[in-house]
Amino acid sequence: MPSLKAIKKRIGSVKNTRQITKAMKMVSAAKLRRAQDNIIAARPYARKMEEVLQSLACCAEGDRHPLLEVREAKRLLLLVVTSDRGLCGGFNANLCKAADRFIREKKSEYEEITLMTLGRKGYEFLKNRHTVTKNYPNLISKPNYQTAALLAREIIEGYEGEQYDQVIILYNAFKTVMSQDITFQQLLPVVPPEAEAASLDEGQVEYIYEPSVRELMDEIVPKNIEVQIFKAMLESVAAEHGARMTAMDSASKNASEMIGKLTLQYNRARQAAITKELMEIISGAESIKG
Amino acid sequence: MAEKMKLEIVTPYSKVLDEPVDEVTATGKLGEFGVLPGHAPLLTSLNIGELCYKQDGVTSCMALNWGYFEVRDDRIIVLVQTAERADEIDLERAKAALGRAEAKLKELSPEDKNFKVYEAALERALVRMQVASKAARK
Repeated sequence: MPSLKAIKKRIGSVKNTRQITKAMKMVSAAKLRRAQDNIIAARPYARKMEEVLQSLACCAEGDRHPLLEVREAKRLLLLVVTSDRGLCGGFNANLCKAADRFIREKKSEYEEITLMTLGRKGYEFLKNRHTVTKNYPNLISKPNYQTAALLAREIIEGYEGEQYDQVIILYNAFKTVMSQDITFQQLLPVVPPEAEAASLDEGQVEYIYEPSVRELMDEIVPKNIEVQIFKAMLESVAAEHGARMTAMDSASKNASEMIGKLTLQYNRARQAAITKELMEIISGAESIKG
Repeated sequence: MAEKMKLEIVTPYSKVLDEPVDEVTATGKLGEFGVLPGHAPLLTSLNIGELCYKQDGVTSCMALNWGYFEVRDDRIIVLVQTAERADEIDLERAKAALGRAEAKLKELSPEDKNFKVYEAALERALVRMQVASKAARK
């Protein structure tokens, strides 16, 4: 049995840990709220964008936009969005494993798979297993539209230059605070959002297009990709803070439990020491009497 | 005019405006245009420019940065990267940006990749100043 002093020291250190995890939980909770607000603010934009794209896509049948064209998928670009920091439960690990599995399974289907990572954790995991062409660290901690737009432009350039025929983004979608959804989303070629049959029948309005459908498409399709990347970044950040909050919450709980157990052990040890001392005194007294 | 249109201005960061209005004027790719209630469905892209809307006889303006404009059933949806109200514009900052952009443009040749970037910056600064000065005059 460890000595009294050792147990006391242990309790102290666990208490310190608990303090840290509690503080981290609070910080994540605050950041989560902000991230959630950002998503909610960005959603109408993304939704409207989709609506417009949809109404454009159904009218522009004969005149296919290069980014909408489905080519034979030989080269794939996989963009993996993770976080820069750890201590958020299975958030990064699950996503990295999914990416790893995906690459292994699909390796035979494609001639070449290019990997790009957003976030340090994903890069560190994947670089040892596969070749990561490019990493963008420090982008994900503060997502803003400009960086998403820059990234989108780079990807579109690569796509138009036929470096890859298909682009998939992999990220954790924010479902609830407790759970994240690992999401594979195809960015390119653009899959026009499917119009529901009902809305097509009644909602088929003849628009006046200015300057022309083609020119509008030229602008809107790349914008849509920017928006999708931006959305994925926001989702991932919110999911990260959610995951960290839950992880830190359970860590704090475990620490409290451990403190309870250690205190019990400490008290037992103390009791045992007292009993032992008493026994010694009593037996000493007995032997003098006898 | 009893009829009103619903004007929504949405950016990636927030919904800037959602109000009934009487009249909207905006700068499109092909020039300035106005929209009144009962307009036919229209989809157009916007340049960097100002957007003014009239609401009960009061005209307000905003500085917009790239976006597009959809009219359908008296509902106007404007999707833009940024939208600033006249009173939100920092005139000093806009002036400084204008100076910076001008200086850069003088240095660069028109073929430079960054030329367009600074040209857009210049335009944005000009529009901001224009919108802000309109508000100040009122």
